[in-house]
This record gives sequence, structure tokens and C-alpha cells, in this order.
Amino acid sequence: MSLTTPRRTRRRGLRRFTARDLVVLGVLLGIPILIEVFIIWGPTLASVALSFTSWDGIGDIKWVGTDNYKNLFTEYPQFWPAVRHNLMWLAFLGLVATPFGLLLAVIIDRGVRFSRFYQSTLYMPVVLSLAIVGFIAQLVFSRDQGALNAILANKDDPVDWLGDPDLNIWMVLLAAAWRHTGYVMILYLAGLKAVDQSLKEAAAIDGASARQTFFRVVFPTLRPVNIIVMVITVIEGLRAFDIVYAVNKGRNGLELLSVLVTDNIIGEASRIGFGSAIAVVLLVVSLGFVVTYLVQELRGEKNR
Amino acid sequence: MSRRNLLRGAAIGAGAVTLPALLSACGDGPGNGGKTVAMGSNASDPVPKKAFGAAFKAYEKQSKDDRSVAVNTIDHNSFQENINRYLQSTPDDVFMWFAGYRMQFFAKKGLLHDISDVWADFKGFSGALKDQSTGEDGKQYFVPYYYYPWAVFHRKSVFKKYGYEPPKTFDAYVALAKQMQKDKLVPFAFGNKDGWPAMGTFDYLNMRINGYEFHKNLMAGEEAWNGKQVKEVFDTWRRLMPYSQKGANGRTWQEAATSLQKRETGMVVFGLPHPGQQFPKDEQDDLDFFPFPVINPEHGQDAVEAPIDGFLMAKRGKNLKTDKGREAARDLLKFLGTAKAEETYLQYDPNNIAVHQDADTSGYSPLQKKAVELVSGAKQISQFLDRDTRPDFSSTVMIPAITKFIGDPDDVDGLVNDIERQKKTIFASD
Repeated sequence: MSLTTPRRTRRRGLRRFTARDLVVLGVLLGIPILIEVFIIWGPTLASVALSFTSWDGIGDIKWVGTDNYKNLFTEYPQFWPAVRHNLMWLAFLGLVATPFGLLLAVIIDRGVRFSRFYQSTLYMPVVLSLAIVGFIAQLVFSRDQGALNAILANKDDPVDWLGDPDLNIWMVLLAAAWRHTGYVMILYLAGLKAVDQSLKEAAAIDGASARQTFFRVVFPTLRPVNIIVMVITVIEGLRAFDIVYAVNKGRNGLELLSVLVTDNIIGEASRIGFGSAIAVVLLVVSLGFVVTYLVQELRGEKNR
Repeated sequence: MSRRNLLRGAAIGAGAVTLPALLSACGDGPGNGGKTVAMGSNASDPVPKKAFGAAFKAYEKQSKDDRSVAVNTIDHNSFQENINRYLQSTPDDVFMWFAGYRMQFFAKKGLLHDISDVWADFKGFSGALKDQSTGEDGKQYFVPYYYYPWAVFHRKSVFKKYGYEPPKTFDAYVALAKQMQKDKLVPFAFGNKDGWPAMGTFDYLNMRINGYEFHKNLMAGEEAWNGKQVKEVFDTWRRLMPYSQKGANGRTWQEAATSLQKRETGMVVFGLPHPGQQFPKDEQDDLDFFPFPVINPEHGQDAVEAPIDGFLMAKRGKNLKTDKGREAARDLLKFLGTAKAEETYLQYDPNNIAVHQDADTSGYSPLQKKAVELVSGAKQISQFLDRDTRPDFSSTVMIPAITKFIGDPDDVDGLVNDIERQKKTIFASD
């Protein structure tokens, strides 16, 4: 590229901004910025500020320092289980559901018989909202009337799949994974279709086994898809809410941070200060992932 | 969905930091000359919706000034969850709500209109009802409309078949449960998936063991939850656990009531409308109840748990800025405080009973008549646990605590200490 070209473009570029262009630009840039400030950063910062108050949504806003956090960490029995469940959610989706989705994608991509059928069946739950998945889970796992106990025919001593706090989180994770797997599978299928066939052929000529071809050749080319899947998994793990809320309002072994925020802020309770403190904890956890992701991305860009 | 509902939804969605202020700033312009009264209704179920509709129509018909009621029905649960923001934005003039502490809480926050002058003309309400309609400042804020007592429900035919007698004392209650187990019945139907149904059992155990005054003070945060009294309540409850349906936390109250209807279970602690709704029409007559048995003779069966629903006037009601608007709302409340208004309602909803002494009970079912007897013989009327205490305490502390107790009834000490610690922070928050 010659040295004169950018300069010329720049000059022409500057001249092209008429007053009308500036107005259009201002509006197009201004609206997103306003939205960003008022709908995202405003409330976020307000939540952080409110988490240091005892506001109940009605009276005056009273400053209480870090009391909310102290209560949260030491006196709120649901808090630590909720943190644990959120982490379990992340781990289960990341280590079980996602690899399983990848496995299914690879198998289907190989072109097993009836692959279209499997593909559509596995993808079906993805079009359902998690709340609906929650209702379906209840039809299957309900203690007295659920399908699973009917199949197991243990009428005298039925397993309380959703009522037993040691069991229900796993059942709900299964239901959530049922949906997540299909999602991941579709993403990987798209990625696998884009992998250059000649790479695989070259690997085969070099005498690589199917397994070697996959792990050494195909998988590394899936990097962009991997990142998308990872981000989606983290998002799904952190925003998990609807399914447990549909099952039992997120109580009795199904506590999640998002549910605790809702219980305290949205409900009649209106412990807005306290609920905000929980929301801030969730924010900090999410920021951890967001920052890690951004650092990775920026570093990747530099290397590219 | 109306515009206001949409805005309210947005307010909740956005974390509701600034929107309530914005909403109330919008205002609704000048009043409408006292011709219409806006009514905020949480009666979203078909039966009560129709019944309230009939009552309001009766009001419009007898109104000499051609006043009408504009009903704004909101889903029952959403109404409850958004009540705070509702009352702070531009609420309807008159709205449906609950008696007791749940009403006093909002009166104290200055969100309700004092209606003591309306009360001055009321006749036919007992002292207990007046207490439940009175705020902490001694003024009245609430017009009671109907109530539904809680008791131990069972099927007549099952009791007849096995020759069971309604137990008077707790020992007889446990003995009856034992006998039912021998007869291959699960003695107590039990479902607590929604978190609140088991509160009725807790309240009755507490009032039978410690009395109504203790219940009231405990709910007001003035008694210790980790004291001897509350521990005894949970210990007594634990005695009933082996006879209760297992897996209560995974079962809805509807499913529990259905098991009673199917004769799989023998008894259940419920409010009047609950089992009734799960019984087919031709089996309604088979439903019966007895009052929760005596535990401590000192308190006998004095207290009856009977939540009261009724009407209140919102301080920021959209038409209440003018004298005419206020007069219209008062006029409606006056009408709703009459026996006739309650009768109109109950014609369409037989699952509750009137609060007015002069209400005509001749159309009542035998079960309703028995419920009237139960309530009128009561020395004290309690509201449900969640209506007798701060909403933030009942929903964020008591629901999880009782759920935990049902799942693991053995760690009472840990449980009551947990409750007490949280109670202290919540009740200290203002």
C-alpha cells in the first residue's frame, strides 16, 4: 500500500462529513451510548450503591456500610448453597454437557444413518424456553405423578426426585443439560461443516487415525467455535434461573444467586439493599469471566 | 396489557431504581368528578373475579350519583409481588388486600388512606375484626370482606367407615394418626411445594402451645425464635412427621388435597377453600373438618386462624386528589362494608364466609355454617403467618426455614438460631 493512499482517503473522509452526516452519526452513536448508560451502566452502578443501604423501596435510603455483605456471608443460610449450585451449574455444563454436545456433533457429522433424525431430535429442546423445560422436568420427575417413578414402578417407596435436596439439583441439571447439549451440538455441527475437507484428507494420507485427525487437525481449527461455545456455556451457567423457578421457585436445594436476587428484590419482600448486595456478588463473578475472556481475545488479536 | 401494566413491568425489569419516581411524576391529570372509582383487583381466578364483578355491579345499581367501578384486574401473584411499587406509583383508588400486619406495614409507610370516619358508621363487625383493620396508630385502614378459617379437614365417609372420632386433644390426634396408619391410610396429607401451606400447621401448633399473644409478639419480632417456646413448637411438629405424607416439599397443596379426595390420606390442615376446590361437586358434602386439637389446656382452642381479605384506599390513588374523588371511594367502601355486599359476593363464591354479623347465612353449605360457628366462637382470630409478620421476613426467612425443617426435622437448634439471627437483622433494618 502506498503512503499517499491513506492520507488521500482521510482528507476525502473528512470532507464527506456534512452537517447532516454529523447529526445522523450523532444520533446513531448517541442512542446506543444513552441506552448503554441508562439501561446498563446506570442500573449497575445504582445496584452497587444500593447494596450499601438498607432501602426497602419505600422510605428514605439509609446508609449501612458493608452490613449487607456481612449478613450475606455469615447469616443468610441460602447464600453459600446458591454459590455452590451456580458453580456446579458451570462445571456440569462445561465438563459434561458441552463435551457431550461436541461428541454428538462429531458422530452426526460423520454421517451415521438417520443423522437428520437425530439432529432434529437433539435440537428440539433448544427451541423450548427453560421454563417449559422446567415444566417438562416436573412431568417426568414428580414424586407422585411423574413418568419416571411410574416406569420404575416403585409405588411403595417412590424417589422424590425434585423434593429431595440432595437429588433435585442433579435432576434439574440433567434437564438443563438436555437443552444445552442440543445447542452446543448445532454450533459444533456448523463449525465442523466449515472445516476444510482437504485437511482431513491430508491427515489421512499422512497415516493419522480418526482420533488423531480429530484432536490434532480438526479440533484446533474449531477455535472460533470453541470460544463461542465457552462463552455461551458460561452465560447459561450464570443466568440459570427459569428452570429452577419453574420447578420450585429455587428453594429446597435448588438455590441460585439469580433466584436469591429475585426473592429479595422483586417479591413483596423488597429488601432492595440486601438483594443488591447479592446482585453485586453475581456481577463480580460474571466480571471475572468477562475480563478473562476479553484479555484472551485482545491478546489473540495481537498475535494474529 | 394496559400501558400502566407495561410500565410497571418495565419498572421491575430495570431494577426499579428511578422509575417509581418517574411514574408518580406522570400523574393522571385532574380527577373525573367522582363518577368512577378505580378498583385494583387481585381476583384473577374466574370464580372470585365473577363474584367481585357481581358485588361491584350491585354497588353501581344502588348508587344514586350514577357512580361506576372501573376494575383493573392483575394476576394474583404479580399483584402481591408488585404491591410496593404499585402503591408508590399511581395505584387505583381502592384495592384488594389482606388484614393484619400486612396492612399495618403499608399504613406505617404512609401509603394508605385513613378511613376511620367510614368505620365510625359500620355496624356488625366484631371487635376482633376491628383489631385486624386497625393500624399501629389506632386508626382504621381496612374494610374486611370475607374470611376463610383453617382447620383439620377430612372425609366423613372415611371417618364413618373406620369409626374414627374427631380428636379433642393432641394425644388423641396422634393416636388417631397411629390408627390410620394401621388401617393403611397415610394420616396427614402434606404438600409444601409453594412454601406457604405448611405455615398453617406451624401457626396452629404455636397458638395451641404458646397462645395467641405469643404468636402475635413472635410475628412482630418481639420474641426470640431460639427460645424454649418455638423449639417446643418444632419438637411437637416432629412428632407428627412420621404420620405425614413423605416428600411434602415436592408436592403442591392441590396434589395433597387430591390425595384426601382419593381416600389415600386421612386428614389435612388447610383453609376452607383449599380442599373444596379439589373435590368434585357431588363429593363436596362428604368434606368435613374439626378444629385443631388442644395441646396446652391454658389456651384451649381459643384462637382460630382465619385470614381476612378486604379493601383499602391507596394514598396516591389516581382519582383521590379531589374531594369528589375521595368521596366516591369512601362511598364505595361504605357499601362494601354492608352485609348485602358480602351476600352478593358469596352467592358466586361459596368457598369463603362473610365477616358481617348480619349477613344472611341461610344459603350456606353445612360446611360454611360450621365455619361460621368456628370463627364466631373464637376468642382470637389470627391471620396466616405471612400476613401477621413483615413480608420480607416471611418470604426470605420463614419459607426457606420451614422447607428446611420438613426436609430435615432433626436439627431444630440450628434452624431456630438461623431464624433468630436473620430476624434480628431484618427487624432492625428500619
